[in-house]
Amino acid sequence: MIVEATGLHKAFGSTKVLEGVDLHVAEGTVFALLGPNGAGKTTTIRILTTLLRPDLGSVRVAGHDVVREATKVRGVISLTGQSVAVDDQQTGWENLVMIGRLMHLGRPAARRRATDLLERFDLVDAMNRRVKTYSGGMRRRLDLAMSLVSQPKVIFLDEPTTGLDPSSRTTMWDAIKDLVSSGTTIVLTTQYLEEADRLADRIVLINGGKVAASGTTDELKSQVGGDRLDLRFAAETDVAHAAALFDAPRGTDPLVLGIPSDGSAEHLHRVLDDLRIAGVPVVKVSSHRPTLDDVFLSLTTTDRTPARV
Amino acid sequence: MTTIAVHGGARNAVSDSLTMIGRSIRLSRRNVDTLIMSIVLPLLMMSLFVYVFGGAIDTGTQYINYVVPGIILLCTGYGAASTAMSVADDMTSSMIDRLRSLPIRSSAVLTGHVAASVVRNLLSTTIVIGAAIAMGFRPNATVTDWMLAAGLLLLYVLALSWLAAGLGVIAKSVESASTLSFLMLFLPYLSSAFVPTHTMPSFLHAVSENQPITPVIETVRSLLTGTSIGNTGWIALAWCAGLLTGSFILAAWLFRRRTNG
Repeated sequence: MIVEATGLHKAFGSTKVLEGVDLHVAEGTVFALLGPNGAGKTTTIRILTTLLRPDLGSVRVAGHDVVREATKVRGVISLTGQSVAVDDQQTGWENLVMIGRLMHLGRPAARRRATDLLERFDLVDAMNRRVKTYSGGMRRRLDLAMSLVSQPKVIFLDEPTTGLDPSSRTTMWDAIKDLVSSGTTIVLTTQYLEEADRLADRIVLINGGKVAASGTTDELKSQVGGDRLDLRFAAETDVAHAAALFDAPRGTDPLVLGIPSDGSAEHLHRVLDDLRIAGVPVVKVSSHRPTLDDVFLSLTTTDRTPARV
Repeated sequence: MTTIAVHGGARNAVSDSLTMIGRSIRLSRRNVDTLIMSIVLPLLMMSLFVYVFGGAIDTGTQYINYVVPGIILLCTGYGAASTAMSVADDMTSSMIDRLRSLPIRSSAVLTGHVAASVVRNLLSTTIVIGAAIAMGFRPNATVTDWMLAAGLLLLYVLALSWLAAGLGVIAKSVESASTLSFLMLFLPYLSSAFVPTHTMPSFLHAVSENQPITPVIETVRSLLTGTSIGNTGWIALAWCAGLLTGSFILAAWLFRRRTNG
């Protein structure tokens, strides 16, 4: 495990932000911290990246303790925070070379690295312009490039695509996938389920400062039930009829009945046969796999039972 | 994976500071407000005091010979406000998190700002002296006097810059940093910078005689005009050294406190 956090607690004054968070991230994987606003995602990232001390609990990153060996940890990680951290009054080139120098790369190496990164993030044309003239997407790209100067072992990305347009978001996702294929470990936070679903090998869902669920996306999805067939009818009497036939509870939509399924064609045949024999006309059938949305809603909504079964 | 020399050594500490100094100087060169403050303000202040107020103030000598050190220190005060503001700007931006997550002594950030402040002061002081000479200032100082004056001013500028950096660290915003530095702008007026202190009411006289600016100004003035210094030089030196030590320790402590959550 390249990142191991156990029993993290953090309070700001009387506000408890983290109440016992455990995280284990395997080397070379993408790990997503998913949760609503205020769940404690950023606080967790700040502790993992040595910026904040936990009140209780311990974290080791690449074998080093984040409190006692902060400098060693800082040598192998990089952080891309929620808001872009670049100097607006410096050019893209100057920003990158500065970080290279601060990572003690030596001047020629820092310059080579800056050139490579400018090419990789499609910023060569803008390299000698001050960053204040960059577009939002360009700033975010430079921001990520600055995090890669040191070729870190673990990259922490705090909501990397918040506020980006769809095409910049796709570019960012591609950049993240590239990093993973080169063996880098990535820890990211996100509010977007689609992002976690696409990128992450493992997801920890946190809510109210505690881990609400963890696992692969498939494991999380199976926690809220398996596949389902949604049957749409023309009339409510038909729905009632079918509900009695399959002994299934009615959902929120009065014209739709959801019944549990194993996803097989055979089951679908059987359902349609049963309906034909009973003389209930079905208008439309759709098969539904639970999404992370279902997981998210069912786990983060405290006083509501899972929306559908 | 490239291996990176992570922990320090003196060479890295020096190279980190130089990198941060380069950054701060670049940033202040490109910040129009700061640049105007360093170039235009000295000219304005010189003209204001020499041509507008000077005629009405009796100092027993040519007013321009009297007022030059005061203008230099006044500009240092304004410069300190710029320093506090640029430190606060860093502290409230996300850049500070990036810098802190690097394997460097993060106080190099402050060192950068202080060094840039010294460079800006060098610029404005040169402008003050140049303008003064153009307006009729005739210093009567040996090379040694000039060097002593420059050394004392450097100490004073360093002390004020570290104090400003500390204020920038505790300020919640750039605006409040500018408000906190108000005192540094105000102190020169309550000193012998522009009028002889014996003309002030007695309680103000006491204030002005017992604050750092008066001995610094008296010493620089005596050095430049070639008059005797007496023990003011030592008092000025003691003030500057004490202020510098105090504000350096304070700024470093405040920085650690603010950044270790």
